[in-house]
Amino acid sequence: MSTPLTSLDRPNSYIGRSVPRPNAKRLLAGRGRYVSDLKLPRMLHAAFLRSPHAHAKIVAIHADEARALEGVHLVATGTDLAGICAPWTGTLDHFKGMTSAPQLPLPLDRVVWAGQAVVAVVAESRAIAEDALELIEVDYADLPVVVDIDSAREVGGPLINPGSAHNTCFRSQLDSGSVDDAFAHAAHVVEEEFSFGRHTAVTLEPRAIVADYDPAAGMLTVHHGTQTPYQFQDLYSRHYGIPEARVRVIASDIGGSFGMKLHVYHEDMAVVGLSILLGRPVKYVADRMESFVSDIHARDHRVRARMALDAKGEILAMDVEDLTAIGAFSTYPRTSVVEGNQVIRLIGAPYRFKNYRATLEVIFQNKVQTSQYRAVGHPIACAVTERLVDMAASKIGLDPFAIRGQNVIPDDAYPQTSPTGYRFEALSHQACLKRLHEIMDYDGLRAEQAALRKRGVYRGIGIATFVEITNPSPAFYGVGGARISSQDGAILSLTPSGEVRCLISVTEQGQGTEAIISQIVADQLGIAQERVKVITGDTEVTPHGGATWACRGAGIGGETALQATRALKRNILEIAALILQEQPSALDIVDGEVVDAVTRKPRLPIAEIARIAYFRSDTLPPGTQAQLTVSHHFAPQGYPFAFTNGIQGCALEVDVETGLVKLLRHFIVEDCGRVINPMLVDEQLRGGIVQGLGAALFEECRYSDTGQLMNGSLADYLVPMPMEMPDIVIAHVETPTADTVLGAKGVGEAGTAAASACVLNAVNDALAPFDATINSIPITPAKVLKALKRF
Amino acid sequence: MNGLGETLLDEADETVRVRLIVNGRKVNCEVAPRDTLVDCLRDKLELTGTHAGCEMGACGACLVQLDGRAVHSCLVFAVQADGARIDTIEGLSERGVIADLQAEFHRRNALQCGFCTPGMLVNAQELLSRVAQPSREEIRDALSGNYCRCTGYEAIVDAIDAVAKERSKARNAGGGGA
Ligand code: FES
Ligand code: FES
Repeated sequence: MSTPLTSLDRPNSYIGRSVPRPNAKRLLAGRGRYVSDLKLPRMLHAAFLRSPHAHAKIVAIHADEARALEGVHLVATGTDLAGICAPWTGTLDHFKGMTSAPQLPLPLDRVVWAGQAVVAVVAESRAIAEDALELIEVDYADLPVVVDIDSAREVGGPLINPGSAHNTCFRSQLDSGSVDDAFAHAAHVVEEEFSFGRHTAVTLEPRAIVADYDPAAGMLTVHHGTQTPYQFQDLYSRHYGIPEARVRVIASDIGGSFGMKLHVYHEDMAVVGLSILLGRPVKYVADRMESFVSDIHARDHRVRARMALDAKGEILAMDVEDLTAIGAFSTYPRTSVVEGNQVIRLIGAPYRFKNYRATLEVIFQNKVQTSQYRAVGHPIACAVTERLVDMAASKIGLDPFAIRGQNVIPDDAYPQTSPTGYRFEALSHQACLKRLHEIMDYDGLRAEQAALRKRGVYRGIGIATFVEITNPSPAFYGVGGARISSQDGAILSLTPSGEVRCLISVTEQGQGTEAIISQIVADQLGIAQERVKVITGDTEVTPHGGATWACRGAGIGGETALQATRALKRNILEIAALILQEQPSALDIVDGEVVDAVTRKPRLPIAEIARIAYFRSDTLPPGTQAQLTVSHHFAPQGYPFAFTNGIQGCALEVDVETGLVKLLRHFIVEDCGRVINPMLVDEQLRGGIVQGLGAALFEECRYSDTGQLMNGSLADYLVPMPMEMPDIVIAHVETPTADTVLGAKGVGEAGTAAASACVLNAVNDALAPFDATINSIPITPAKVLKALKRF
Repeated sequence: MNGLGETLLDEADETVRVRLIVNGRKVNCEVAPRDTLVDCLRDKLELTGTHAGCEMGACGACLVQLDGRAVHSCLVFAVQADGARIDTIEGLSERGVIADLQAEFHRRNALQCGFCTPGMLVNAQELLSRVAQPSREEIRDALSGNYCRCTGYEAIVDAIDAVAKERSKARNAGGGGA
């Protein structure tokens, strides 16, 4: 039982092994079951009329013609749904002083962003519902529009929420050490103002929901493309007043989420209400244009930051001001201030300086809400920190590797607490830096760069260290009053045939949750992986838990599975011991057989134990009650978060005539603790990096000054496509967390965390001969040419 | 404005019968003139393996074979496909023609959520039917209309590259593969 987790040569040793995902075969054969595929008997379809104005009063809604259209079952406005749905407010208690106006599925009298759903139509088909939308007329009276950070902060300017005195959602301040003193005595100070554009998740499958209310049973079933079915079970129950046990949320296959599909959307809440009003299943799938104007966006930060250093390049202090503009509301239930909060807390995290000051101001504006999307805050914190480090290095005449080597918290100095209060158990910046230097062939790249520069080819090399938050405890949401679990649960059964069924609360979005859980169960029980069936994503079946977000699936879900499996194994061995007249401690399980713990000699297949326990309990000693199903919950304890770290590098080329940036190669050295499936970890890193590269070079939600999204289609909003993306070289350092037996931390956001910072540094490196700098993401050709004074 | 509801309804009501050979079987389908092929496949024929990601030809999720060539089923009206042979991911899987691609995608985990995957496979098959041994650059170029938010593309490129090599090897060995 004390076999080390990493020994790959014993039978059923799946932890640390690259095995393909069993459930991927269905998807490859076109047999996925996405919510957008779902058809239920008597199902109706919803479509939404959206506001063309960014801010306006709703004067009147004329919907009689739409109601009269054949095939239309219901036209609902804000009032209709307000009668059955309790409003929600996107604030959390631990963000002291934050405000946000209450929200309803559809607005009563005012629209606050262009694209906000105003009227819902439910009809026999989506096409009829959309026809009906064209028959509805809404009279609006324009209100002044606030679409940028500066106008939102203007004293006496237009207000987004009539009840409040200003457009500020939240303010926060951090101050530790003696920042002013450090700057006063610094040999060098570097300073920059950065901007980070809005971008959005663009999951290939848009948001999809089928709500099915059965008035006879008083039962609501929602098929919901989401990461967090339990959160939605709770919300639908409380906002529609249906007992929790009569709300079932099923999250089947989902075409990508990345944080975007765990927020409450007005349309989704509306669809539940529409189903309740009609007593029939109602389906809504956002089309791509709707996704762009109604999915959460992310980022939209302006950061002014300075860094003080001594003469040798030792970082002494940082002073930061982050302004971020969210939508007209803070998103529910996770709010829209978490990103800013993480920006100011993660800045400087890899380094050992102690003087730090930051202010955060979160501002309302008339745009769709921003909220948590992959790597929440990390890319901004990382870009700000790493760019300043590079600026300092070039000012002092240090190599980017050297200045980082000199300033990172040494690998042997842990545990450490950051000046922002984050507690780091054990990180490996030094080891990662060293490894990156090798895998990049850094010296070779520099030599090549110098040679090419002479020929007028401008290559850039950039690196960026990062720290990532994973395995969150209740400190993340629970303490703020959100009913979002940080624990997970598993129910594990030995089936009558001797197979294992695992119902677990973590969910699958393609990252391989079910695969790694089956690896852990198979490994820990001693059974072939094919004999483990993992079931996720159905609140009626799987136990309540946090599900999958903030990189918690492997670390917390995995540990839950591990502990549950050990409990089941104990129970199996207890029965085996009775049958074999042995001590349980003298037995073990290998490859589905109970074996002698010492000699490994097979004694009895576990299938035989199951057969006896289920069908011939009469042959067991009197008083024996075989417990071949165990349920187990695990909540993280110890460190509030399991921080991971790593470093990325990239090589690119800037065409100084066109401003185009060509990515040549990308590198990452990453430390996510125990690696359960190296292939899946690498694919998380690659996918995450490419999302970060998209943000770095292409992705931006562009608004007109009247608050219209100008590029809300897949033809206009640029996403990273295969042709522009580089190959990615990956290496690992493994520093397991000692807080769990498994030792795994998260990895899903590491790629996104530092990719854009890396590109920012590399582009600036390429432009160095021109004395041109870039401080804004995405780095578009226009910005490059402007920096080069050619535009 | 009063007659508009009826006009719209009449138009929407008016259906046309199209005849297709879908995955080797003759089918008849009542479609509205405005129905696209992807709608017809997904809604009418319940072939939900073909996906819709943008409905404007930008993402490649809806690729199917029409008379043996990869086309965006979101850009073709169902009526335009009348008389055509359509092969979708379901049929290609059942016939085993892309089994090697599927196995290689699986082995290398060249998919996560899987939503882009049917389109990727159709396009990969198209590429390999035109170019026997594409370079990585050519593979990336051929996929430049296939959007994947999850994978970062590299494993997809690797998988197609590996299958191209295997198929060439089989051909050269005189295996007589089609
Ligand atoms: S749905 Fe056809 S290309 Fe996107
Ligand atoms: S695997 Fe999710 S979009 Fe490609």
